[in-house]
Amino acid sequence: CFVYVDLRLRKHIYEVLAGVVVITSKEAVQHQGISLTMEGLVNLQLSSKSVGVFEAFYNSVKPIQLINSNIEVAKPGKVPGGKTEIPFEFPLQVKGNKVLYETYHGVFVNIQVLICRLEDTVFLTFTFTASIKMHPFPHFRCRNSLAKFLVRGHLDATNCVITQPLTGELVVESSEVAIKSIELQLVRVETCGCAEGYARDATEIQNIQIAEGDVCHGLPIPIYMVFPRLFTCPTLETTNFKVEFEMNVVIVLHDDHLITENFPLKLCRV
Amino acid sequence: MASVQWHARVRKYGAELQRCQLEATPVEQGDYHPLKPIIVTDSRSRRGGRKGSTSSSSSSSSSVAMDPLSSMMEGTDPLSLFAAASASEVPTLSHSSSSVELGRKQRENEDEVGADFEPWSAKRGEILSRFTTTEKLSINLFMGSEKNKASSPSSAVSEKVRTRLEELDDLEEGSQRELLNLSQQDYVKRIEELNQSLKEAWASDQKVKALKIVIQCSKLLSDTSVIQFYPSKFVLITDILDTFGRLVYERIWSMCSDPRPQPDSFSVEDVNDTAKETCLNWFFKIASIRELIPRLYVEAAILKCNRFLNKTGIQETLPRLTAMIRGIGDPLVAVYARAYLCRVGMEVAPHLKDSLNKNFFDLLASFRQIHSDTVQNQLVIQRVEIPVYLTLYSPAIHWILQCVAYRAPDVLLTEMMERCKKLGNNALLLNSVMWAFRPEFVAARATDFIGMIKDCDEAGFPKHLLFGSLGRSLACADPAESERLPILNEAWKVITKVRSPQDYINCAEIWVEFTCRHFTKREVNTVLADIIKHMTPDRAFEDAYPQLQSVMKKILTYFHNFSVLFSMEKFLPFMDMFQKDSVRVEVCKSIMEVFIKHQQELTRDPVILNALLHVCKTMHDSVNALTVEDEKRSLALLINGFIRMVSFGRDFEQQLSFCVEARATFCNLETVIIQLIHTVNQLAMETKRVMGGNHSRKTAAFVRACAAYSFITIPSLTSIFSRLHLYLLSGQVALANQCLSQADAFLKAAVSILPEVPRTISVEGKQRSSEAFLLDFINSFLSTLLVVPDHPEQGVLYLVRGLLNMVQDYTWEDNSDAKVRVYISALPLLAAMSQENYLYTIPKVDSNETLYGGDPKFVAEISRLCETLIGQVLDHLKTLGREEGVRRQGSIAFALFSVLLAHGDLRNNKLNQLAVNLWNLSHKNGYCDTRTSVRTLEHIKQQAQQPELSHLSDMLLRLSLQSRA
Repeated sequence: CFVYVDLRLRKHIYEVLAGVVVITSKEAVQHQGISLTMEGLVNLQLSSKSVGVFEAFYNSVKPIQLINSNIEVAKPGKVPGGKTEIPFEFPLQVKGNKVLYETYHGVFVNIQVLICRLEDTVFLTFTFTASIKMHPFPHFRCRNSLAKFLVRGHLDATNCVITQPLTGELVVESSEVAIKSIELQLVRVETCGCAEGYARDATEIQNIQIAEGDVCHGLPIPIYMVFPRLFTCPTLETTNFKVEFEMNVVIVLHDDHLITENFPLKLCRV
Repeated sequence: MASVQWHARVRKYGAELQRCQLEATPVEQGDYHPLKPIIVTDSRSRRGGRKGSTSSSSSSSSSVAMDPLSSMMEGTDPLSLFAAASASEVPTLSHSSSSVELGRKQRENEDEVGADFEPWSAKRGEILSRFTTTEKLSINLFMGSEKNKASSPSSAVSEKVRTRLEELDDLEEGSQRELLNLSQQDYVKRIEELNQSLKEAWASDQKVKALKIVIQCSKLLSDTSVIQFYPSKFVLITDILDTFGRLVYERIWSMCSDPRPQPDSFSVEDVNDTAKETCLNWFFKIASIRELIPRLYVEAAILKCNRFLNKTGIQETLPRLTAMIRGIGDPLVAVYARAYLCRVGMEVAPHLKDSLNKNFFDLLASFRQIHSDTVQNQLVIQRVEIPVYLTLYSPAIHWILQCVAYRAPDVLLTEMMERCKKLGNNALLLNSVMWAFRPEFVAARATDFIGMIKDCDEAGFPKHLLFGSLGRSLACADPAESERLPILNEAWKVITKVRSPQDYINCAEIWVEFTCRHFTKREVNTVLADIIKHMTPDRAFEDAYPQLQSVMKKILTYFHNFSVLFSMEKFLPFMDMFQKDSVRVEVCKSIMEVFIKHQQELTRDPVILNALLHVCKTMHDSVNALTVEDEKRSLALLINGFIRMVSFGRDFEQQLSFCVEARATFCNLETVIIQLIHTVNQLAMETKRVMGGNHSRKTAAFVRACAAYSFITIPSLTSIFSRLHLYLLSGQVALANQCLSQADAFLKAAVSILPEVPRTISVEGKQRSSEAFLLDFINSFLSTLLVVPDHPEQGVLYLVRGLLNMVQDYTWEDNSDAKVRVYISALPLLAAMSQENYLYTIPKVDSNETLYGGDPKFVAEISRLCETLIGQVLDHLKTLGREEGVRRQGSIAFALFSVLLAHGDLRNNKLNQLAVNLWNLSHKNGYCDTRTSVRTLEHIKQQAQQPELSHLSDMLLRLSLQSRA
């Protein structure tokens, strides 16, 4: 006799998480009660680069629990044969004075909300709101002692709404050496605090080429980048960890010289 | 059965004819008659409603007949309404299509692309055939990880290992390939394969693989090695992108078709969330493509999908993509990217003209890139010269300008032109402006353009191409009358200085049209002389046949008067340049086609005749053993057309000698020989008509010469039936012209070749039995024999006997009744011969009627012959009875019965009895057609009412209809 248990989520708004448990079996099944557990965790892991392999292995920081609740959806009894649907609803109440974060998978920081049902795990995405005003960013200049060049430009904002593209403009005014490529590099910086201090690590999560070859001088080139949905989240700053983003404008010259200019970004969700 | 005595019925043809004629009654005024002119009088006013239709009454007033249909339509039928509408419309035609689509325009929404916009598909082939290379090409495809190519050369070893492993993982889906040393054909084949594998991947739901293929393909567009092939590469790869765009759009569209299909004009609200989500996913995926060029192309390819997301999507995306192209450093790659964007834009949102214009202005802004050091270095490495390099831009700039200029106001065009003027080295742009802007616009400023062309740098864009483009415009639109000659002079001054024969002829070919259109034979002659001068040295014409042919075609389009055409001094020398046989024949054919189509009057102009005879001879001489039938037929058709147009009026002798000459010239084309024989026969008849039937000594000799011509020409034909029919026809013509011995010879010759008729002949490539054709011929031959007088030195009826003997000896098909059918059809002839007055005679020719004057011996001879024939038929009927041929027996018996009824004297008891027996025999087995029998009986009944045929009513009683047993 096989019993298939399925979990379907109907909605996950900020206050409640609701859905149905679907049980399918050929015959009636006896059970000792059905209950659901929901757990929200932040897993922090120290980077092997910053502290060495062994420390990283042993000193991984204890997971921080954000939310934990348990409900019983059915008392012990019998489930009839066929398909049975049992609805459920979880209130999303955070423990103590903690804040609920968005689901996020980084290299060193993992934020997940889990619903445990028997041994299966379901991952859910939450949206979290905060409003932040946008600010114009001043022009930037790059100079190199080897070959003279001048690149002007601006970003429309460094406080970015995560669902909107990053925009701006860039003008190559002059360059002695021909330009090979201009790229936008989106970098994520994760910082974990632990007993020994803190670990900070930067990862490239997206690289977008905006110019190829020796572009026309004096003609503005648009800067445009869509934030990747999987690898970005709103900028986070907590007592234990930080997730921040930066953008590098990388100019590759024909002789493979690199010129980079860094811009910290603040992402938010409206 | 004992032999039957034959008695022919005595016929009084005159009386019979009178009896059969219908009575003529005069038609009174107002009487109905179908052939009288009808006037439909409409009782309502023309503007009235449709109801109540027309109350038409026919009256026989003598005014012009009106079409009753048009009166039904209230004067304005829907078709003429359209015509009126399009006539009132201001013509705003784009360049190249104007000559084709002229007048076919409909009132259209401003926002839509009309039929007058020459679509991309029309350009594809031209680009592919024009931009070719013999150098080796390569394709680099990395179907594995997106970042492979990005990994910088200095990256760690482990990184390399990792990518290798990834590639290995992906290898099963045909991932990483680097194809080197491909010839152009191989390259095209590979790209086509990629197109196929894209479709397959899509069909098998491997969407990611499909996307990878598209990305890799569009990446190839950033590679400018083998630069002269780049335009063709662009065409090939954008085909793949188009396929991809279509697939994605259709997929998402089908997702929102659930549950019911969406109309094509759906709005964003109708799109369900799943479809939106899928669509958004595509855009996210594409937005994360690392490299600029693939990201740009792929997003442009699925531009149309923005319709699923929001109303303004396309209108926001287009300017963004336009701006994105500024990031492309290589000017050639950039200009083609612009062309693609314009192409997609025109297709998806033709009303968004701003981004088209912006594309063009961006192009102008970055125009100096073309002359940058990077480009120059690249050209040196690839050993490509600047003029060649610049021509690579033309298709893309043409296209962009065509999009911009489409239905654009003159003000905008003028502004664009001014902007181009301001740039240095603008020949390339100038060329595209002339190519893509409305011909009327260009033509009106032709003198300005010539000035600008003159100012252009010699080392840059080739000038002959500039003049070529100008010529193209002037071929479609006319400049002001006073400017025409200066324009031609200025243009030709430059064209004649072009050194390369190939470039020269390409340009000259275009200007020939302008010359032919506006000038007389004098100017065209000068142009031809110049062409000859340029193309003759080193036999340069050998490489320019298509262009020379086009020149010829244009001249023929404008000069239909062949005496003018051939009086051009240089026309024939020009023709002499076509020395390759196949091309020469093609040209000759085109000349003859035009001649046949446009020559209205018969001609005897010696210039035309000589020239065309020469042309036709060339065509004829191309025929050899390998020429296919169709080709021969078409050549013969053209030559025949020429022969028919030749007439020397009353100078018949010259006409005949022309035919003699033509026969010698066209001896290999049977159809032409046949035509010549017909012409000569017609000539003889024409002579007779002119002489009013009375030949003088001179004309009699002439018609005998005609007969002699036919007589010696016919045997050279191979087709036996052509020979037979021509012998017969020529015999008839000779007879009509009182050439008795000639007629006799023709007919004898026909009879003598009868045994040669094969049992099967080939009809339209299939083997068919010749029997039916032979029977037809013999019947027609028999009817001619009635008027042929017997030869004084031969026996009575020797031609008839000769024919029948041949028929008897001929090896007919087994189980065939053909012989007997011939015998049966000979009976009416013999019956007609035994009459006192013949049914028809030839004026001034004494037939047997007069020769024998109803001599009883002659009649008895005929009767004997008939009896033999009837005996043969009856014998045959007997053999049929024995075999399984009862059905055939019935039908032959019935045929003989009919002949007896019509031509035999049934007052004779024996004949009467025979007829009744035949009737019964034919009905014995019930195979005969009852309807025919009933009608036959009715006919007999009718005949019996005549006093001299009253005996038929007795016989009628003995003929019974038998139902099928």
